[in-house]
Formats: sequence, C-alpha cells, structure tokens
Amino acid sequence: MTPQDIRAGVIDAIRNIAPEVEADALVADRPLRSQVDLDSMDWLNVIVGFHERFGVDIPEADYAKLTSLDAIVAYLAAKVE
Amino acid sequence: MIEFKLPSLGSDMDDGKLIAWHVRPGDAVKKGQVIAVVDTSKAAIDIECWHDGVVHELITELGQTIPVGTVMARLLAPGEAAPVGAAPTSRQRVSPAARQRAAELGLDLAHVVGTGPQGAIGLEDVERAAAPAPKPAASAVSAASTPADRAAEMRKSIAAAMGRSKREIPHYYLSETVPMGRALEWLRTANAQRPVTTRLLPAVLLLKAVALAVRDCPEMNGLFVDGAFTPAAAAHIGVAISLRQGGLAAPALHDAGSKGLDELMRDLADLVKRCRAGSLRSSEMSDPTITVTNLGDQGVESVFGVIYPPQVALVGFGRVTERPWAEAGRVTVMPALTASLSADHRVSDGHRGALFLARLRDLLQRPEEL
Repeated sequence: MTPQDIRAGVIDAIRNIAPEVEADALVADRPLRSQVDLDSMDWLNVIVGFHERFGVDIPEADYAKLTSLDAIVAYLAAKVE
Repeated sequence: MIEFKLPSLGSDMDDGKLIAWHVRPGDAVKKGQVIAVVDTSKAAIDIECWHDGVVHELITELGQTIPVGTVMARLLAPGEAAPVGAAPTSRQRVSPAARQRAAELGLDLAHVVGTGPQGAIGLEDVERAAAPAPKPAASAVSAASTPADRAAEMRKSIAAAMGRSKREIPHYYLSETVPMGRALEWLRTANAQRPVTTRLLPAVLLLKAVALAVRDCPEMNGLFVDGAFTPAAAAHIGVAISLRQGGLAAPALHDAGSKGLDELMRDLADLVKRCRAGSLRSSEMSDPTITVTNLGDQGVESVFGVIYPPQVALVGFGRVTERPWAEAGRVTVMPALTASLSADHRVSDGHRGALFLARLRDLLQRPEEL
C-alpha cells in the first residue's frame, strides 16, 4: 500500500464521518481537529474507520500521535508495513 | 377499533408531513413496530405503533402535513372483527358549512381528516383536503425540504421550544467542579484492554452518573404538565446532539440507569449515528425525562443550558482541563470538569439541586461502580 493509497483511505474515512470536508481544503501538516468539526464520538468513529480500512490496531494511548493528516498517514504507514 | 394518532415528537414539534406508510390495510402490526415515516423540521422520524393489532384503514395520505394527535390510521384490536359494511366515517361529525363545501368540490368526506373537537370536520379541513397534495416519491425533495429550508424550520422549532422554556420555566443554575482523575484513569485502563470498536468515551460515564444521581433526586427527572410535576419512573436521558447542517436534537437514551456501560456506549453511538443520518424514532423524540448537554468537545469550560420543556432539568458538562487541586493540605494537578444544573424552581429548590450535583460528583469518583 503506497502512502498515496493510505492518504486517500484516511481522507475517505474522515469524509465518511464529516461529509462536508473537501479533501483539497485540508492543510496536511495542520492539526486535523482544528480544521474539521469532530466531537469525541466522531473522532472515535474516524479511528474505527482507520482500523477497519487498514486492519491495524490503534491503542488509545496512540491517539495523541494522530494529529495532522501527515502524522496520521505516517503512523498508519508504519503500522501497515 | 383503535385510533392510531400521530404521537408527540417533542415539545418543539407540532406537526409532521407523512412521507411513507410501511403498512397496508390488513397487515398485522406489533407494539413498537415502525409503521410510518414523518418528516419534521429536524429529521425524518420513524413513527412507532403502540398497539398490537391489524391495520383496518390508513387515513393520512402521503404528503399531508398533520398536527400531533391527528388520527392517522384505524387498527382492529387483536380478535376484533372488521365492522361489516360500516363506512369508517359513518359517525364522523361534519359541520354544515364543511359538508356543503365538500359537495361543491365533489370531495368525499371519507378522505378528509377532521381537526375539530372529537375529530369533527370543519370548513378548513375540507379546504385543506381539497388543496392539491404534493406527491412525494421516496427520494423526492419538495420545495420545503431543501437544506436551507430545513435549517430555517429547525431554527423556528428551537426558537419556539426555547422561547416557551424561558417564558414559563423559572430556571435556577448551579455548578460544581468535578475531579475526573479517577474516572479517566479507570477509563484508560479499561480501554487499553479493548479493541477500538468497543472502547468507551468519557461521555458514557457522565450519562450513567446522571441517570443514577436522579434516583436520589427524583424532582430533577420527569415532566411538568398542566401545572403539576410527575416524576419519571426511569431516566430517559435526552442527549443533545449537534447536527452537521446546524441545529440540534436531543433524542432519548432509554432507561440509561439500568444499562451497563457497554450497552450504553453502543446505544449512544447508534443514537448519534441515526440522529445525524436523520432517522430517529418517535419514542426517542417524545419521551426524554432530563437532558444532558456536553459541550466539552467544543472547548468551553461550562455550559448553563435552557431546559427543554416539559422537562424540569438540564445537566451541562464542560471540557476536562487540568487544574491546580488543593486537597489535604497539598496542591496537585487534577483533570476536572465543571458540571452544571439548570433546574425548574417550580419543582425543586437550590438545596435539592446542590444535593444532586454532589451526588453526581461522588458517583464519578467511583467509576468502577457505574
């Protein structure tokens, strides 16, 4: 799975919860939750979406690493390998 | 014969537009079965039937907007025989003016829904029935249900309910700082052993604690109707859920006090999902007995809410922040949140409200018992 595939999957998972998000409008290195209106239930569902798409386990202790789009893609890429 | 009426959809919704029947005459229906879908300013709501029986006659037509309490259908009770040859409207009261107008229009009164006393058909009902009804296909979007119109309608509904609340309910407000160190640590340990799909959110602990705290303070949980308060037997917690297109709804988590945390989490996730998708059930809209609003995710420290009539209390939770915490002569850092209570002074006093918040705080110090 290429980083591009992962990025597309991540955006898809986010849009699944927040359909109003425009992929092009996301700044990849800025905190995601300052750009997208996600409450804690939404955020949990986004992470469940990552888990289901990529088949990786994401411990709660790692949530803090999932800040920006870039950080999420890097985290998942390391897990998928 | 059972008259099936459009149930209350919450105090801020007075009418709804029928967009689907899920049953036909002759179908057997069970208590709790969804038999129709009604569109409101907030969402399309699945209307549940509260009787076992057999559908005898569907009265409301697709596209018709009807007030709460309108007879939508007639059902035969289990074992009841269909009336022989009797037109369902044979005993229908009709005003002379309405009868004359219906005759002029060539309108069959059997198809007119009466909204007068005891379902009597008045002139207005005839005029309304004669007006061409929109023909909504399942996916059709009528002029009144564009997103902008829906948002405007929802604003009106919220304005009506909140205006009524502030006119009628003498609110009093209390707040309490709740240390959350133990609860969050317990949650962290519990979630570490769980796959992401079954993890719990702090909100679940808060909701469960509210549901248990009202057991000791029943005057926070119930409805104030016709000048009198009736405490509720169970805590059906209305959860304020913001909608992506703007506005909010506060559907009920039924009997939250008797549910385990896992069940409550599943129900909450399901409720939020369906609320956002615009697919709620009539019972969820009509029977919350106390509301909880959690604005902590949006980053505010505290929220003092407006009670949703005819309820008598609203509990608000703000953001968890680390605060300097003095205890037993020492200062430490403690994650804490501000819990607030807006309550109806016709029903309770500040003293009881204070006991409620103290109980809530205590419950959240023993998360393993929630």
